[in-house]
Amino acid sequence: MFDDFFIRALVAGIGVAFVTGPLGCFVIWRRLSYFGDTLAHSALLGVTLAFTMEFNIALSVFIISSMIALILIQLQKKTNLPGDALLGLLAHSSLAVGLVVIGFLTFIRFDIMGLLFGDILAVSVNDLLIIWIGGALILLTLKFIWKPLFASTVNYELAEAEGLNPDRAKAIFTILMAAIIAISIKMVGLLLITGMLIIPAAMARNLSSSPQSMVIYSIVGGLLSVIIGLFTSLEFNTSSGPSIITAALLLFILSLFKIKQSIKLKN
Amino acid sequence: MSTDQNILVKLNDAGLQLNNKWLVKGVSLQVEKGKIVTLIGPNGSGKSTTAKIALGIYKKIDGSVEKYTHKVGYVPQKISIDWTLPLRVNDFMVLTESLNKETIDEALSLTGVIHLKDKNLGDLSGGEFQRVLLARAISKKPELLVLDEPVQGVDFTGEIALYELIKKISDELSCGILLISHDLHTVMTATDHVVCLNGHVCCSGSPMDVAKNNEYKALFGEQASQILSRYEHKHDHVHTDEGEIKKN
Repeated sequence: MFDDFFIRALVAGIGVAFVTGPLGCFVIWRRLSYFGDTLAHSALLGVTLAFTMEFNIALSVFIISSMIALILIQLQKKTNLPGDALLGLLAHSSLAVGLVVIGFLTFIRFDIMGLLFGDILAVSVNDLLIIWIGGALILLTLKFIWKPLFASTVNYELAEAEGLNPDRAKAIFTILMAAIIAISIKMVGLLLITGMLIIPAAMARNLSSSPQSMVIYSIVGGLLSVIIGLFTSLEFNTSSGPSIITAALLLFILSLFKIKQSIKLKN
Repeated sequence: MSTDQNILVKLNDAGLQLNNKWLVKGVSLQVEKGKIVTLIGPNGSGKSTTAKIALGIYKKIDGSVEKYTHKVGYVPQKISIDWTLPLRVNDFMVLTESLNKETIDEALSLTGVIHLKDKNLGDLSGGEFQRVLLARAISKKPELLVLDEPVQGVDFTGEIALYELIKKISDELSCGILLISHDLHTVMTATDHVVCLNGHVCCSGSPMDVAKNNEYKALFGEQASQILSRYEHKHDHVHTDEGEIKKN
């Protein structure tokens, strides 16, 4: 009924949605959407390096994004610039450097559009393994650090005072962010990964009253976005990333009606 | 290292400097099991900072802290919770430790807010939230409780009841309590040891000793001194003049 590439994309997208759901909630709670953007922009540099050195793309992106995160932490300590300025600096300069490097790589045919916006044709069986094994590892790690991470998201000092080691949880979470970007770059494209993280989670916020329910709604929203988006992508020959994100946006708009109702009930 | 088994936390000449300014300096104190130590002092005298040093929130301190327990309950003075989080009272109760339903219900009942269990944290009033904070801190049956103005915003009858509860917890769980309060009036009856801060330890001792201290009188005025000493004498009496005397 469907071509193999489409099944592969579907399986890949579903794997990605399971991971972006819970991580996206933390991105919203901890106000990290611009941080996610910065890591995603730096992924281009990771991709180009992977091509030049014939290295695995996901691994290369993971390493570069982690390095950018480390550089950011150092810059925050050593300069007086505000956090958002540093994020902008790193995001745009790493994107620019990545594009310049691509310019030099005339010997490789580059699908820049696919890189920026995702390409379902590009998902190989190998990528599926990376997404599902990597995704499972990310989720397991997140489960392990959930309590300190969540407690310090609510209040850092409480978590620190009661012995939960929030700094370690934060450092691990940063690595998880780099990892999710690395595994989802082929599906969603580097310009739209943050959308995949925050839009389903934002929709979930409108529907939920507890952290656990928000995570579940966020996963469900992500899954629906992937499925609707990929079918649209197949039908109308649009890029997979924008199609998925547009589907997520539609779900978010639908969720606004739920808020309207509950506000009406309150009055 | 101390050999005294009852010591839960001990500050040795501890202090904190931030941007070349001492927030608090040269504080030595210890909290023992079953004892209540109260920090008093004017605004900006370093009470909360001292509490945070004792909790290990500040890493780069002067002097040293010896902490002999990991079971800590903390009620911070200020807590700003981000409302992007959907958080009910019930979720907040299990923030740092997993507790069963009975334990949660018991703690919420003790502080009189069991009816708020399923409410969103953002919908609570200041006093209600303060009661939830206290319930959360005691629910994990800590060995050390650090309470930074735990009854701020609580109504007057509630305030007395909560202080009685704090005293009861200290006796029943035999946990040590480090208490910060502006309310000399109510607190002193229950306190074992008072440390009066003003950027440094101005004086310390039993409530009675502190009340007699001249530095304390200079800091708080004669009236405050009378409050302390009066309560030292009125230990088992009903407080007939509640509410008439205000701090300072």
